[in-house]
Amino acid sequence: MSQPVLQVKDLIVEFPQRRGILRALDGVSLSVEPGEILGLVGESGAGKSMTGSAVIGLLDPPGRITSGEVWVRGRRIDGLAEAEMRQVRGREIGAVFQDPLTALNPLYTVGQQLIETIQTHLGLGAAQARKEAIALLNETGIPAAEQRIDQYPHQFSGGMRQRVVIALALCAQPQLVVADEPTTALDVSIQAQIIGLLKRVCKERGAAVLLITHDMGVIAETCDRVAVMYSGRVVEEGPVAQVIRVPRHPYTSGLMAAIPDIDQETHRLAHIPGSMPRLDALPLGCGFHPRCAFADDQCRGSRPPLKHLEGKTAAACWHLDALGPATEREVPGQGLAFSGPQPITVRPEAQLQIEPENALAPLVEVRGLSRTFDVSDPWLSRLLSGGKRRHLRAVQEVSLAIPRGKTFALVGESGCGKSTMARMLVGLDRPTQGEVRFDGESLHMALASAQSMALRRRLQMIFQDPFASLNPRWTVGDIVAEPLLEHRLVTSVTELSSQVDSLLASVGLAAKDQQKYPHQFSGGQRQRISIARALATRPEFLVCDEPTSALDVSVQAQVLNLMQDLQGDRGLTYLFISHNLAIVRHLSDEVAVMYLGRIVEKGPTKKVFAAPRHPYTRLLMDAIPRTTGANRDRLPIQGEVPNPLEPPSGCAFHPRCPHATEVCTKESPPVSIFEGVEVACHWPEL
Amino acid sequence: MIHRIHQWRDSDVGASFLASPVAWVSFLVTFACVFGAAFSPWVAPHNPFDLATLDLSDARLPPTWIEGGRAAYLLGTDDQGRDMLSAILYGMRISLAVGFASVLLSVVIGVVMGLLAGYMGGWLDVFFMRLCDVMLSFPAILIALLIAGVGRALFPDAHESLAFGVLVISITLPGWVQYARTVRASTLVESRKEYVMAAQVIGVASHRIMFRHVLPNVVGPILVLATIHVATAIITEATLSFLGVGVPPTSPSLGTLIRIGNDYLFSGEWWIIVFPGLALIVLAVAVNLLGDWMRDAFNPRLRSGR
Repeated sequence: MSQPVLQVKDLIVEFPQRRGILRALDGVSLSVEPGEILGLVGESGAGKSMTGSAVIGLLDPPGRITSGEVWVRGRRIDGLAEAEMRQVRGREIGAVFQDPLTALNPLYTVGQQLIETIQTHLGLGAAQARKEAIALLNETGIPAAEQRIDQYPHQFSGGMRQRVVIALALCAQPQLVVADEPTTALDVSIQAQIIGLLKRVCKERGAAVLLITHDMGVIAETCDRVAVMYSGRVVEEGPVAQVIRVPRHPYTSGLMAAIPDIDQETHRLAHIPGSMPRLDALPLGCGFHPRCAFADDQCRGSRPPLKHLEGKTAAACWHLDALGPATEREVPGQGLAFSGPQPITVRPEAQLQIEPENALAPLVEVRGLSRTFDVSDPWLSRLLSGGKRRHLRAVQEVSLAIPRGKTFALVGESGCGKSTMARMLVGLDRPTQGEVRFDGESLHMALASAQSMALRRRLQMIFQDPFASLNPRWTVGDIVAEPLLEHRLVTSVTELSSQVDSLLASVGLAAKDQQKYPHQFSGGQRQRISIARALATRPEFLVCDEPTSALDVSVQAQVLNLMQDLQGDRGLTYLFISHNLAIVRHLSDEVAVMYLGRIVEKGPTKKVFAAPRHPYTRLLMDAIPRTTGANRDRLPIQGEVPNPLEPPSGCAFHPRCPHATEVCTKESPPVSIFEGVEVACHWPEL
Repeated sequence: MIHRIHQWRDSDVGASFLASPVAWVSFLVTFACVFGAAFSPWVAPHNPFDLATLDLSDARLPPTWIEGGRAAYLLGTDDQGRDMLSAILYGMRISLAVGFASVLLSVVIGVVMGLLAGYMGGWLDVFFMRLCDVMLSFPAILIALLIAGVGRALFPDAHESLAFGVLVISITLPGWVQYARTVRASTLVESRKEYVMAAQVIGVASHRIMFRHVLPNVVGPILVLATIHVATAIITEATLSFLGVGVPPTSPSLGTLIRIGNDYLFSGEWWIIVFPGLALIVLAVAVNLLGDWMRDAFNPRLRSGR
């Protein structure tokens, strides 16, 4: 066996603080063989990015390596002087970061940045370096590289920029690439392209990759080996197939069970209770024990070492022998032997009485809804430069009906108009054309009338970012009480307090949490507070705009289960907006796929997922990384979402569609119906 | 109470305060000035306005430690036999009162305008911001001179009683702009956050969203700005009084004292100008340093080790 490209031995990273020392990494050991892709997976706060920063010597001060070693190709690089480290970075280690927006210097052209790096590390002449840079851009799939090399980063789209960043990481021919969440900021269809690219170029150049991500699907499709991290430690390590199919550590198996599967219908997700401990409150012993169903005194008292098992895997748990592989400890119905969800108390009067004649009529009906934004320059500039008015058609002629007590999902990539839909459906924005009928009456007319508060009470919203959706200066009690006070739903202070208590209880929070501020809660708990606030007015209709996209997988499962329970108890109707097809399949009854402001496919979730008819739906589903079918070949969607200001003629999807013909470029597609599924395509049979 | 002190000491801001000598020295100096000025009738050794205690034979006495000085007059006396130390304390009282009043007024006007412009947007935003641009294109002193002059011309008899108000308005008028702009910028950021959207979905009225949701989240930078502005306002007041358009000589502020002292500068009675000038410098520098420290301490990006 040859010498590993990267070897990390017992790495400890600490942050000295005024109140003591926080240990962010606690004895992390890894090794990456030449040409190998090692995945580093974990939820936020696990220390995976910290490991990456420590390897490339870019720890944020005051963080420092207090013990352990980092070796790159037989050379110890921790503790090198900054000047030497700069030589190592770029030449020996290339880095790809999460946000392609900030990874490139906006003041220099892409070419200048590439050529500078090539010249610094390879000592080539200017002309030769330029040739090399163009070759690299070609290799990373940038069309018309000859011309685009002289453009600035802002002239590239997000996916193209990430390609440039990869080119930049590879330009000095490093043997190791550290990629920290390289696709997290990108859309699913672009993610598939970038992962494919990273995999291909690294293979061609024989570079090893340390791929840091929270997405098990990405790991399954990309990596050879994987290391699972939890609160600053590696808890399980081994070949990808082994770790994913037969996880040994209770955390890994819980994590795997919490991921909704796009290829299967699941009734209820398994979840791990609680959330990742904070660095200033790390539990003694095994870091996972407070959330582990199998924990005993040994787990609470001492820390388990990483123990090597058959099949080249290793896991850090005291009960590996007793538990056996996770596949053998499955409990029917519950998925895994974790403690179930916290009991949810529901007051009987909260349940919605559905009257029989209303049960058939949809609660929300959207008819020919369009929203156009005027993004023209100010009139004076238009007058002077002779420019025309420009309109952004965010939503175009969308019609849908949401039945009572059901979940309707809107799916699409960024910029498809799904958030504009959400804003219009809760009355924050007015449509340019068309109307929304809520329980038979026109929503926007009713909201403008004197009775608007009565209607407002019936529809509420759950937001995407649990860190921005709660006012940081307000206590949780005040936040949840606000809708009750605004709508005068309580008559006394004691009633208010008891109402808030029961709302918090219904989302699994304690009454004493009323006095706390949002920053004292984790992301998942904040999302629960947000849900409690939305439930305060006892609404019938909830618009959920990506409610779990900012959450970790295990916490996401908790929130999704809670939403399902609340729907069952209170007869809620959901409009669920998401880019995550697996969650949509798991949660929704009906689904509509949006592309550039239009619905391209709409129908019962089961049918759409079983046999998607629109090419976009098919490609989108194909683009999602699977945890199951590792290393499958697929055809990622080509190209990127076009600029919505200049949408393509005819069918908006035709530039990316493998089946596009002459007619697709000219005429917008008709809607045809197949077994209750509406498809807007010229060739739905293909 | 003790618990609260401990809590404060353990908080990030409290610890940063204790760790920074500049912070607590400037705080002590500011506190001493404010205290001495606020309680000047009790702290000052003499009452410079009580004509019965003044004696022209005591005029222009040097400080105690110089030959000819008297123990009763620590920093010497002015041309009318007033004790300099007492005059400075009483003068500082007027300077600080003008400073605080004009800053308070600026903050109220600026915050309301900034919130309206940032949250409502549209023509209101355009109007308020162009108004800011217009105000910024005039030098502050010029506006103040103009108002003081107009005020004096309009009410020639009532000038003495109106002087205080005119002075406050002259400093406020160019002063509110910075608050309006800062608040508008933060309001633009805050009102796009989801908690504001949540309040809109609940149906909370705009004015309550502005003042109960957005305002608490934009006041941080305002406190810092206001602290530094107090120092600027005191200096502007002194400048105006020095130029003779400020408070009347019967109730002299630090600026008035400096102007009076200016006449004696070349006749050897340096203390009449130097001590009020020093007091002004010390006060302004202390308040400024305190403001600087606050800006750093409340800025999470500059705070180390979080």
